[in-house]
Amino acid sequence: MKAKIYVTLKSGVLDPQGKAIQHSVALLGYDGVADVRQGKYFEIALDAALDETRARATAERMARDVLSNPVIEDFRVEVE
Amino acid sequence: MKFGVIVFPGSNCDHDAYHVISKHVGQPVDFVWHRETNLSDYDAVIIPGGFSYGDYLRVGALASFSPVMASVKEFAARGGFVLGICNGFQILCESGLLPGALIRNRELHFICQHVNVRVETTETPFTHELRGGQVLSLPVAHAEGNYVCDDETYAELSGEGRIVFRYCDPAGGLGEGSNLNGSRDHIAGICSRGRNVLGMMPHPERACEEMLGSADGSGVFRSLAATLAAVR
Repeated sequence: MKAKIYVTLKSGVLDPQGKAIQHSVALLGYDGVADVRQGKYFEIALDAALDETRARATAERMARDVLSNPVIEDFRVEVE
Repeated sequence: MKFGVIVFPGSNCDHDAYHVISKHVGQPVDFVWHRETNLSDYDAVIIPGGFSYGDYLRVGALASFSPVMASVKEFAARGGFVLGICNGFQILCESGLLPGALIRNRELHFICQHVNVRVETTETPFTHELRGGQVLSLPVAHAEGNYVCDDETYAELSGEGRIVFRYCDPAGGLGEGSNLNGSRDHIAGICSRGRNVLGMMPHPERACEEMLGSADGSGVFRSLAATLAAVR
């Protein structure tokens, strides 16, 4: 099983890297870009013996306790 | 009194802190490797600056999961004095010993220069030998020093007098140009509710000798040493 974990900055938190990327794509002529937010993506291979419920619980715990900082970030977990 | 300087893979201000304690404070000090779990020998622990674990994942995050940090949490809970400088401040926030987080500087640059820092409270074990409103010249060297917290945390820090240092101009003013990294309300350092844990982005340990450009950082160590002398 594989867990895909997306970690993104909370909506109120300034993302200077996203702003710099937005500026660059605007310079390159891409128009219509209203905002850019940069985040992190993790792919975690889980033991095939885990059922989906346990795999999801493990992945969510890792996302909450390790992969994200709840002060500034949100996360989303997909298990497949 | 005895000091411990925690060393993570990637710490690079550990020797500066050690030098200041041994030479200027004139007290015994040990390096404490990150796998160590026994801090019972120490009265104060310094978490130095650097790039622990290469700043992987988030600055300070992987260090906060290391064995020694579990012991630092217990040490702080028992009233032990903890000073986190730069990466040490980031580690203290990641480990939950201090609230909030340090994110990328507003302008994205790594900022390495002497800055003006105003003493906001002298009612801490680390600042009681300084004057309220005193402006210190201290070096900073960081890319992630932009302090953020939610409104509730800010109200708590502010109401309890736990904002210890603010970035300011040479006269102590808080004009926008003096907030070098975009930190909430110019915050450069905060302390815990028990006031025994201080985290700060500027480096007092690199400013204890005039030949380094400033000796203003020595007041922090003088205060801490006086606190420890009084406690013992």
